[in-house]
Amino acid sequence: MPKRTDLKTILIIGSGPIVIGQACEFDYSGTQAVKALKEEGYRVVLVNSNPATIMTDPELADATYIEPITSTFIEKIIIKENPDAILPTMGGQTALNAAMDLHNKGILEKYGIELIGAKVDSIRKAESRELFHKAMNKIGLEVSKGEFVKNSEDAKRFLDTTGFPIIIRPSFTLGGTGGGIAYNIEEFEVIVNKGLDASPIREVLVEESLLGWKEFELEVMRDVNDNFVVICSIENFDPMGVHTGDSITVAPSQTLSDRQYQQLRDASKKIISEIGVETGGSNIQFAVNPDNGRIVVIEMNPRVSRSSALASKATGFPIAKIAAKLAVGYTLDEIPNDITKTTPSCFEPVIDYVVVKIPRWDFDKFRSTNPDNDVLGVQMKSVGEVMSFGRNFREAFQKAIRSLENGRAGLGSDGKDLYSYEYLGNLGESDRENLKNKILTKLKTPRSDNIFHIRYAYLLGADTEEIFVSTKIDKWFLNQIKEIVETEIELRTYKFS
Amino acid sequence: MFEGKNFGYDGNTTGEVVFNTALTGYQEIITDPSYYGQIVTLTYPLIGNYGINDSDIESDKIQVKGLVVGNYENDWSNFNGLESLNDYLRKNKITAITGIDTRALTKIIRSEGAMRGLITKENLSEKNYLSKIKDSPQMTGSDLVQYVTAKQNYTLKSEKVKKKIAVYDFGIKKNILRELLKYDTELIVFNAKTPANELLGLKPDGVFLSNGPGDPDAVKYAIENVKIISSSGIPVFGICLGHQIIALAHGARTYKLKFGHRGANHPVKNHRQNSIEITSQNHGFAVDEKTINADELEITHTNLYDGTNEGLRHKKLPVMSVQYHPEASPGPNDSKYLFDEFINLINKFS
Repeated sequence: MPKRTDLKTILIIGSGPIVIGQACEFDYSGTQAVKALKEEGYRVVLVNSNPATIMTDPELADATYIEPITSTFIEKIIIKENPDAILPTMGGQTALNAAMDLHNKGILEKYGIELIGAKVDSIRKAESRELFHKAMNKIGLEVSKGEFVKNSEDAKRFLDTTGFPIIIRPSFTLGGTGGGIAYNIEEFEVIVNKGLDASPIREVLVEESLLGWKEFELEVMRDVNDNFVVICSIENFDPMGVHTGDSITVAPSQTLSDRQYQQLRDASKKIISEIGVETGGSNIQFAVNPDNGRIVVIEMNPRVSRSSALASKATGFPIAKIAAKLAVGYTLDEIPNDITKTTPSCFEPVIDYVVVKIPRWDFDKFRSTNPDNDVLGVQMKSVGEVMSFGRNFREAFQKAIRSLENGRAGLGSDGKDLYSYEYLGNLGESDRENLKNKILTKLKTPRSDNIFHIRYAYLLGADTEEIFVSTKIDKWFLNQIKEIVETEIELRTYKFS
Repeated sequence: MFEGKNFGYDGNTTGEVVFNTALTGYQEIITDPSYYGQIVTLTYPLIGNYGINDSDIESDKIQVKGLVVGNYENDWSNFNGLESLNDYLRKNKITAITGIDTRALTKIIRSEGAMRGLITKENLSEKNYLSKIKDSPQMTGSDLVQYVTAKQNYTLKSEKVKKKIAVYDFGIKKNILRELLKYDTELIVFNAKTPANELLGLKPDGVFLSNGPGDPDAVKYAIENVKIISSSGIPVFGICLGHQIIALAHGARTYKLKFGHRGANHPVKNHRQNSIEITSQNHGFAVDEKTINADELEITHTNLYDGTNEGLRHKKLPVMSVQYHPEASPGPNDSKYLFDEFINLINKFS
């Protein structure tokens, strides 16, 4: 299908200020989208409250507005510029929320403006927990099990179907006060009762915990003809429980067989069709039980995301650019591949290298008296990230650590270690055992510096199994770190002559 | 010449060196009989990560003659894994080599074409290496089907049986049989040299022609048998080598591709539905579209990478075929509908 000629002016919504949790990746995608649409001859209007971006450079869009990203201001821009369509999928959650607000206030309807890239219904289905769960059930995919209960008996009955750990969230309390994770029956009873008391309607949501499961993401695209491609699979080094933005991630996935990977691919194809993203890219996240391979769908973002910026750079496939062209009616086979120029974009990139992303934290700048300031959890804390390429994981991992610009030259032995090699080597047997156990205990909590402590654990004689029990990081990744440590030990046996 | 480290079996091996670009699926690849006689280079550099399991086997043993990888990873991790790739190769006496710059090797194959090679620990002169390579069999003109077809015919059945399908085994992948068994079928699997009349004498509802290794034009007996079978009016479905044999039986020609199609990401255009499928591919020969008789055969599928033929359908007879692998294993499941279409043909014509 050729591009749409009924559209003349398209408004792109940017992502606003750079904040923790939403960084400059949306400047990258927004800039690509502006260029792609201008290349097709559309008049592009841009709104972004952040002037410190590439996309707001005056020569890029036909008209650029540095205004707050709210429906009030966007309506004024609409009156002035009279756009035919709005592309809301390039500016992260900020842009998607603004678009939904414009719809809810009837502004889109009033001025006859179409949302392209993602429709209102698709955004709603993807963002509402209830609608999303319903959609997943309809296509036979699992989501995490959960039930609203009004007493501890019902809570226990649900517990029997899931086991520990289990998450308890009281209904209608601010910031989830009174909730928590229970690891045993005593904790469970306490938290459930506390939660029931805290809830104004004496109701809690008991939910199966996916803590410690393996986490995967697929970056996918779909066009109006229902052509579907996976651009990149990403495996999280850190297990479920650590926000993807705070996780070390690896592309492509490393520890899935083809059959297991194809299950995720098939599921993604069903999800993007069911949610109804017809023209663009999406990010779909899965948890996989490391013991039996059970797959649970976590969420779907019907827009370009932090991970699509990573996937674009990892594979050379310009997701935002292609997504913008799909939004104006092209199909994947009509858009030439950016790298080869002669073959179409309707293909799945394969790579012959490994890509590792490591988040960069700045806990020094955000000083706190809280010793758990750098504990990683469901709220993202990193301020940026590095990515590196290697012909194997160890190479890419070491390069990434070195690129963090936090003074480290690699995994260790750079004179910056908390425990030097000599110190660890000179410990007496009981001190050694004590320190090993202390480190294994520390590793139970995800923290920004855990990779260095995994090295100390190996140097102190811990084995992969012990470290796995503490961290739930897949043994494949742990063994890769072990190989780095073994290489270090080997190198130390050589002498300059 | 590339230097690396031996893993798997410790011994010399020769074969046609080809490359596969799939990111996952090494177990399926090395057990696929279509790779008989070949040394397979995997372009994805980390191999061995998830070990070997008992479900992703495409035949009873490893079929490749050798395996070339960038980084063999012996410490595997997967909930289905049973043993390491190294142990599996050793048990099957298959030589492999790691530490190879597979990107450089692949570039050579891409520019010079697939060629015979040798994996060895022997320290010889270049001339002696080359003479060993020249002594190994050539791919063009070789009937390799005879080495991988079932020695004895055998039967497989679904729980319920509604249709009987005769299968010519040219080196069939197990996942094709698994797919066909999903349709309440009885599958009678025949040795490739079984005469067509013997097969038709059992009154099957349809005939399936499998994938297989080597030069399709060298498998003369199969081409002759397929002429008889397709003209009998019985529904026929061919995959890969089966597709090439159907084309040859209807007067088209095949030729050797420079470096073949081996991977799990090839976009194929389905002309009938105007849609695109991402397909699993493994073939070194292709059907020459210029030689297809347009009165008899319709071109149903085309590869979007290089425009080569990927599928045919007879205009009068219930005969259909594809060059790629709808059974996946490894690769995407986008094309499983072809099995539906075959069963629909059977339901219509029997």
